[in-house]
Amino acid sequence: MSILRSLASRDRVFDFLVPAESPVDVRHGPILYLEDVTVSFDGFKAINDLNLTIDDGELRCIIGPNGAGKTTMMDIITGKTRPDSGQVWFGSRHDLLSMNEPDIASLGIGRKFQKPTVFEVLTVFENLELAMAADKRILPTLTARMNGEIRDHIDEVLEIIGLKALHARPAGILSHGQKQWLEIGMLLMQRPRLLLVDEPVAGMTEQEMERTAELLTGLAGKQSVVVVEHDMGFVRSIARKVTVLHQGSVLAEGSMDQVSSDPRVIEVYLGAEVEEETL
Amino acid sequence: MDSSRLWLLRPFGERSTLIFLGVLLAAVTLVTLLHVALPPGHPLYVNAYTVNLFGKYLSYALLAVAVDLVWGYLGILSLGHGAFFALGGYAMGMYLMRQIGDRGVYGHPVLPDFMVFLNWDSLPWYWLGFDMAWFAFLMVMLVPGALALVFGFLAFRSRVTGVYLSIITQALTFALMLAFFRNEMGFGGSDGLTDFRELLGFNLRSSETRLGLFLASGVALALGYVLCRAIVTSKLGRVCVATRDAEARTRFLGYRVERFQLFVFVVSAMLAGLAGALYVPQVGIINPSEFSPLFSIEIVLWVALGGRATLYGAVIGAILVNYAKTVFTGAMPDAWLFALGGLFVLVTVFLPKGVAGLLALRLRRRRDADGSFSGKEASA
Amino acid sequence: MRYPPMLGPATAGARAGTDAAEDERTSQSRGSWLLALALSLVLVLGLSITTPAAAQEAAPNDDVAAMTLLEALDVDSFPAKGDAIDAIVHSDDPRARDWLQALLDGRLQRAGDGRFVVVLDNTGRDWPVQDALSGEPLGQMSRRELDRIGINNALRNQLRSAIAVVDLYAADVGLRRASAERLLGEVDGDLAGPLAEVIEEEPDARVRGRLVQALAIYRLEQGELEAIDDLQGSLHSRVRVALNRATNGDDPIVADAAREALNGIEQMLKVNRAAETLYFGLSLGSVLVLAAIGLAITFGVMGVINMAHGELIMLGAYTTWAMQQLLPGQPGLALILAIPAGFMVAALAGIAIERGVIQFLKGRPLETLLATFGISLILQQLVRTGISPLNRTVITPEWMSGSIAVNDALSLTLNRMYVLGFALVVFAALMLIMRRTRLGLEVRAVTQNRAMARSMGIRATRVDILTFALGSGVAGLAGVALSQLTNVGPNLGQNYIIDSFMVVVFGGVGNLWGTLVAGLSLGVINQVLEPWAGAVMAKIIVLVFIILFIQKRPRGLFPQKGRAAEG
Repeated sequence: MSILRSLASRDRVFDFLVPAESPVDVRHGPILYLEDVTVSFDGFKAINDLNLTIDDGELRCIIGPNGAGKTTMMDIITGKTRPDSGQVWFGSRHDLLSMNEPDIASLGIGRKFQKPTVFEVLTVFENLELAMAADKRILPTLTARMNGEIRDHIDEVLEIIGLKALHARPAGILSHGQKQWLEIGMLLMQRPRLLLVDEPVAGMTEQEMERTAELLTGLAGKQSVVVVEHDMGFVRSIARKVTVLHQGSVLAEGSMDQVSSDPRVIEVYLGAEVEEETL
Repeated sequence: MDSSRLWLLRPFGERSTLIFLGVLLAAVTLVTLLHVALPPGHPLYVNAYTVNLFGKYLSYALLAVAVDLVWGYLGILSLGHGAFFALGGYAMGMYLMRQIGDRGVYGHPVLPDFMVFLNWDSLPWYWLGFDMAWFAFLMVMLVPGALALVFGFLAFRSRVTGVYLSIITQALTFALMLAFFRNEMGFGGSDGLTDFRELLGFNLRSSETRLGLFLASGVALALGYVLCRAIVTSKLGRVCVATRDAEARTRFLGYRVERFQLFVFVVSAMLAGLAGALYVPQVGIINPSEFSPLFSIEIVLWVALGGRATLYGAVIGAILVNYAKTVFTGAMPDAWLFALGGLFVLVTVFLPKGVAGLLALRLRRRRDADGSFSGKEASA
Repeated sequence: MRYPPMLGPATAGARAGTDAAEDERTSQSRGSWLLALALSLVLVLGLSITTPAAAQEAAPNDDVAAMTLLEALDVDSFPAKGDAIDAIVHSDDPRARDWLQALLDGRLQRAGDGRFVVVLDNTGRDWPVQDALSGEPLGQMSRRELDRIGINNALRNQLRSAIAVVDLYAADVGLRRASAERLLGEVDGDLAGPLAEVIEEEPDARVRGRLVQALAIYRLEQGELEAIDDLQGSLHSRVRVALNRATNGDDPIVADAAREALNGIEQMLKVNRAAETLYFGLSLGSVLVLAAIGLAITFGVMGVINMAHGELIMLGAYTTWAMQQLLPGQPGLALILAIPAGFMVAALAGIAIERGVIQFLKGRPLETLLATFGISLILQQLVRTGISPLNRTVITPEWMSGSIAVNDALSLTLNRMYVLGFALVVFAALMLIMRRTRLGLEVRAVTQNRAMARSMGIRATRVDILTFALGSGVAGLAGVALSQLTNVGPNLGQNYIIDSFMVVVFGGVGNLWGTLVAGLSLGVINQVLEPWAGAVMAKIIVLVFIILFIQKRPRGLFPQKGRAAEG
């Protein structure tokens, strides 16, 4: 049955959608909108009545102690986890809860994982090629050919992430920081409207961190970027607006200075952070 | 539309494919010449039995290529590919049964002997059409393909992967084996289909036909190899590898992973069916033991020994193991299962990349010593 | 094989005092009733009486008369032997029953010196014997010195019936029950009268119930309506035969009543059949649980695919066989000792597999699957070449053979009952180990987060070894149990490995309760399907069902939820 349905709707599937023509409707407000989302694993509420709004072109940092539900939130937005209740809208038209991962990705939501996940046996170039916004159905993929335009686009991104010299090497040999960049590069190839970035600077050197900050702030404006990060210094260097998650719901929201002076935040998060750092 | 033709031709631009095809051509030609040109008494003469044996190895090699396509590139360890092979074989066997005509023991003009024996008075509906070669040859690919389509659709849609998939593919072939053992199924029960006489009018017992089947197996292997190579060197092949190594990531890039898996799985099943169809006229029988889980898992060993994700490794592995099997089961039948079991352990523990991995390692060392990184397939 | 105890004259006398109820009967009435019953039996069997007078005159314990009786048996003609048997039945000699039993068992033999002896044990070359008349042991005799009194099938039937009648007067309740059992449907006019009086005096309710039914069948045949009341609700097949015959009788009232009684019986039979299916299903299920539960530990808890699990089961079964070889004549003791031994053998083999192969393949489940498959081939072949490719015989001890008859239509075989109980005990023990012991805690910790567990000082490697040993040991236990139900051969394990995986996958990996529920329910489903689909088809249907079920619920009946499981 669903084979027939999927065959019939082939021309309507959002496989080939260049984000420039994205149907995401942001005229009436935010690009991402989560309302009263709850999800529990074996009785433990990982996300509890979460409400979150991200504006178009915004760069938002989300912080929170371990287990605050940051990664689960990303899982919900990208369709990996289904919430028990609540609503998730992309623009004002797309109900993300009714879609699967590839559909959501095709809509223009890109995700960078906490642990850098690149295709290790494929070359850097091929990693970017696969990420590229293109017709991602089977036959077009089988018969796809490389052309000058695509190569230019990949070269451009290689330039941005500084991996041009390594383009023909398998991604597996890259350093940790380089993998993080390659992953960001793959997100850029997708030309997403919304970038979800999970701990982009974990394990990076000071220098690499600076470059990453540059990269992310450069992206904001054209794309909306949501950064989940632990490193307070890094968050302070890029953040305009910060959301603090705690026990699956929003504890505080505002500028870095505002939230870091909030006594509740200090108690549940910064306090713990200070303790950890002093250890 | 020329782009769709190009992807099929792409393997011919690769050195590894050309080497493979060259070696295959040379081997097949050599065997043919030694068989045809030399007198039977000559020390280098290859007799019809050996030609037949090589033909069998070649059809096994095609089967191994099919398994490598899904295991090596898609990461799906199918423990049920023997089922597709056997289904292709049964489709061919049904055609060969119908070709016997009234020359069976009971002399019935339509019904095969075993149906007369079971007192059936007419052909079951699923035997209809198998008297026509084109229909039977189509079914050789379509029946395994259809089973793979239904099974794969269900499995991949529910994201059954890894060991779960391996276990249920094994259950699938086990269930089919039990089913084909039943007389009521109409496939000859435990005896299977046998006593074949003619294929397309050629006497199956003549050495010319055997040579023809050997050559056909060689051609089928070459074509199957090129097809698989074309798939794995395309962007689709890279999506497969991406799926194998990081399925979730591939999904987030916007690929409908389950459809890619299904596509490749079905192609592989059809190739396995073709291999089965070539195998059956060469051994002269098809019975439910081809469905046994042991056989399916043995195929995986061929690929593991040869080296997965190389395709040519699968061919090497299939021929090596089966040659060893021929030698062992002739000389020391008891030792064969020890050897086979030992191979499983040794290959997985000490030789995870197989024979091809050893070859590649040597090549890469030499290349690294030259200090040059050869170009990438993606830009070719 | 063990023979029933020989009852000589002395022991027979001593035995009479043991049963208080027995004392109420005078030996006088006993003798006369025995005679009457025996006479009618002879009529039932349609045999002529040739020497009734001689028999009546024979005084008890008269060895000369007894010798004559036995001499009559030592003839070539079977009809003549039949007459001689009748003579013994009528002789009123207290040793008659033992002679008849010995004759039936082929142990009544004649020695070279003309004495009649009873062979006590006919294995080996020299047989211990005792004198048939005095009951004194005569030591060993060579089989060549002995001449067996041969019988044929007709004589065998005659002997059984004769013993049944004689047995109605036995002191042993078991003998009386068996005898009453045999009389169902065999009562005729001559027997009916005496039987009614026997019923009055019979102290045992079950024997009495049976005799009442036996009598009622006769009464029904005579067209007596009230007899149906006595047959109401009986599940015995002979009762049903009698009622069926009555429905075709001349008297419409009796026929209707019989029909009604039959309908009631039919309903009860349905319930019994369902109960039987359930029992067989649970029995099959318990086997599946036993085979799968070790796998649930290694696969579910460690994520290790052990294709050699079936061969570990086989090792357990062969351990049982080896134990019985080591302790000949004591199959029960050997079986009990095989439980710890089977566990140890399989556990040690498991440790060898874990240390030798699996530890090198950590994190590569598919490779583990292939390597352990190789090991399974090697183990099978080892058994084939080392022991034999043929099946070995494992003896079922006496306390495990036989069955419990719940009623006439439902009897539960004891060996299956034991295996069912054993499976539940093993399951409970495993639950306890996992829930209540330090090892269980560590196993669960390592399962959930290996790195974290390590950093907390749990030696993950040690836990791996112990877990694997535990899972393998349980496979050995399964083998010990299976040796009582199925053939012990090199292919034993192969037959169970796919089923075991199905059970684990169906139940939900990493969930012991799931394995229990899945195993039992698959067993029952299989048994329910079997009558209308056939055994093979039922198995296919179950396999296809599971394959489809996994598509719907990839994580089984009882999935683990949470982030760790999503990975």
